[in-house]
Amino acid sequence: MQLIEFTDRGLYCRTGNFYIDPWKPVDKAIITHAHSDHARFGSTSYLCHTHTGPLLKLRLGDITVQSVEWNEKVSMNNVTVSLHPAGHIIGSSQVRVEYNGEVWVISGDYKTENDGISGMFEPVNCNTFISESTFGLPIYNWKPQTEIFENMQQWIKANQQSGKASVIIAYSLGKAQRVLKCAAAVTDKLFAHGAIWNVHQALVNAGWDLPKIERVTPEMPKDKFKQAVIIAPPSADGTSWMKKFSPYSTGICSGWMQVRGNVRRRNADAGFALSDHADWNGLLSAVKATGAEKVFVTHGFQAAFSRYLNEIGIEAAEVKTEFGGEEEEQEKPSTNEEQDKEINTADDNE
Amino acid sequence: MKAFAELIVELGTSTKTNEKLDALSHYFDSADDADKVWVIALFSGRRPKRVISSSFLQLWCMETANLPAWLFEECYHTVGDLGETIALLLPPPQQQLSNTSLSLIINKLVEIEKQEEAAKKEFIVNTWMQMDKDERFVFNKLLTGNFRIGVSQKTIVNALSKTVKLEPSVIAHRISGNWDPAATSFADLLGEQQQSIDYSKPYPFYLAYALQEDVSLLGDEADWQAEWKWDGIRGQLIKRNGEIFVWSRGEELMTEKFPEYHAMKELLPEGLVLDGEIIPSIESKPLPFALLQTRIGRKNITKKNLQEAPITFFSYDLLEYNGDDYREQPLYKRRELLEQIVTSMNHPALLLSPVINFSSWEQLAHIRNSSRDMGAEGIMLKRKNSTYQVGRKVGDWWKWKIDPLVIDAVMIYAQKGHGRRSNLYTDYTFAVKDGDKLVSFAKAYSGLTDKEFAEVDSFVKRNSIEKFGPVRTVKPELVFEIAFEGIAASNRHKSGVALRFPRINRWRKDKKPDEINTIEDLKKMLEVYGK
Repeated sequence: MQLIEFTDRGLYCRTGNFYIDPWKPVDKAIITHAHSDHARFGSTSYLCHTHTGPLLKLRLGDITVQSVEWNEKVSMNNVTVSLHPAGHIIGSSQVRVEYNGEVWVISGDYKTENDGISGMFEPVNCNTFISESTFGLPIYNWKPQTEIFENMQQWIKANQQSGKASVIIAYSLGKAQRVLKCAAAVTDKLFAHGAIWNVHQALVNAGWDLPKIERVTPEMPKDKFKQAVIIAPPSADGTSWMKKFSPYSTGICSGWMQVRGNVRRRNADAGFALSDHADWNGLLSAVKATGAEKVFVTHGFQAAFSRYLNEIGIEAAEVKTEFGGEEEEQEKPSTNEEQDKEINTADDNE
Repeated sequence: MKAFAELIVELGTSTKTNEKLDALSHYFDSADDADKVWVIALFSGRRPKRVISSSFLQLWCMETANLPAWLFEECYHTVGDLGETIALLLPPPQQQLSNTSLSLIINKLVEIEKQEEAAKKEFIVNTWMQMDKDERFVFNKLLTGNFRIGVSQKTIVNALSKTVKLEPSVIAHRISGNWDPAATSFADLLGEQQQSIDYSKPYPFYLAYALQEDVSLLGDEADWQAEWKWDGIRGQLIKRNGEIFVWSRGEELMTEKFPEYHAMKELLPEGLVLDGEIIPSIESKPLPFALLQTRIGRKNITKKNLQEAPITFFSYDLLEYNGDDYREQPLYKRRELLEQIVTSMNHPALLLSPVINFSSWEQLAHIRNSSRDMGAEGIMLKRKNSTYQVGRKVGDWWKWKIDPLVIDAVMIYAQKGHGRRSNLYTDYTFAVKDGDKLVSFAKAYSGLTDKEFAEVDSFVKRNSIEKFGPVRTVKPELVFEIAFEGIAASNRHKSGVALRFPRINRWRKDKKPDEINTIEDLKKMLEVYGK
């Protein structure tokens, strides 16, 4: 019996009787991070990192949550569980599971570059590693965050000079906070869509020190947004909600912007390949650093990434999960009605 | 090269014509003359000769980046553009970035064309390793020879007119025709005094918009001239300096392809330019476009070709006569003179595209219904006192096409698109019923909105049955109305028919797959319209 099984409810540890990021309601769920494709509604009890706790409550409402620190050991039926920073978003964790000397690590979503907010990805030694592969092709190689931020700041300044506002499209949890820090360095005229503002407030209430940002409300006069920076989620892109910022330029922040076709298809004025996931080299270095003898590859380019790992001598197999962020589901058509209920919808798939 | 790469990035991402115009005029203001000539050339479809096949580029990229072939293929299918895939996969530049100018790079390409493969490889790989991602992309585009940039000729002309002291119509004329960017200086091309005379140079075509509104809104019938809209190749027939030149609207010199026109060389008066349709016909009756296609792609024309698809010229406008530019004359005057010239020539390959007599819009609408019987695809409406303008202009010329033929079909295969549709399933194959089986009959890539494409894309991803390389077989469930302009018999297609310009007319969400048309329906259409 494998220590972690792949069931139709999600990744399951029979010995410890718990699931990791289950996509159907279960008794005990360990949650890697608060994005809606990993943190789903309906389980009896949840366990997650202390930083994830408030976000989980924001998204799932009144639930039973046990919060732990990174590296804190929890025992369940003689199975030792601990969380370790994954660097994906605030509170995001890898789950280390140990039983009888055998160690499995479930990555959740991760990135290897330190973004200054999410915690530094920690390579954890293990026998078996379950890795995501959202950007598991060698065409995905990110520039350092500092370089992307410089480009974005230049773009904001250029917009200001031509009298335009800058609308930045970024996921409400994760990317939006990074972008906010970047934009705050060049302007204090900062506005957020409601979905982003809700996450922002939850984080501020939990004690996070984030730059000041105002929520966009229907009463705000148009001239308030002149040359300002507005951060909005993907579901708001191209809707009538954006009209009042006119004249404006749109910049989309997503790893998918690495490919020109995606920038053009989204009708963006600018695309910034800023991602909360590891790029190809990040995935490779993370896998190698675990020293794992066996790797299971989940959501993303799992076929290509696992084949490549096998070719370089690391035993790997692909596993189909219901996590988002997959190559196949990178863009869902969004409708205008979605923009206000944004907070509880799956907007986290990059 | 840096500035040119930046220009391409800006043109590629800007969504408004004004932004494209600004980017171009900014470039023309600051670039050096030799580079400008090449940019004009590249944007009007002139490109340096291909020095190397793209499979070598792929190979060298794989070697340099140390990647297996299957992984390169996987990346290519996701990116949807070879030049971009290579630019993304190459390792970061190692040497000091050098900023070689566009024209120097192109000169170098001309230089290595005749050299050994090893020399080509050395130059190309070295150049890659001195470039950033955007420059590599542009360089690869130069190498693979498919420079498709979403900028109209009008935008380029307008941008140039901000730097060059010439009228836009003069610029459009100067940059068209038969000039070699390697041997032309910016002063030759766009100097206030033109240095040399190019006898072959065509005039920029005047193009019509499709008539969307009610025809009666055009006003008084008496102000308008009606002609058939032919389904051939729009062209200019030029006789200057004792020679014949034939240009297509795509600015391709096609003189050699049509020996029928050479016979007119002695007959046509000197200094004459006619606008009309290149089209095969027998006894003034046009033949289907499929027959014209048998002539276009062919290098050596056989006797059989000449008999089966004799090319003629249906002339409908006069642009130059006795060496004088007639484009400012009103249409009715140009037409009068055209009729005199063509009639007096009396040559079987030179025809007059007839004017349709009508006294009311209702009557013309009725006549239009017989377009298919005439071998036409509708009617052209031209204001009798209109001048011959440059490019697509609203107001004086309209095309009033008949409704296309349509058939309901189900989607059975899908493939990812290219360019702005990369990594999105946008290229579909459709089938009709053949008993209880399905038979594929057409591919279509256009006709849906971005939102609909996204919806179909998500359906394909959830409902694919099998994967054959980049193609997915899809559960036959989505029904679409396919529109097309013509139908011809074909033994190259499983269905036995080939369609002209198939596209998606609309998504029939109201129809189920068992309600689609049958192969018999297609054969009936072939019987009626395909002969």
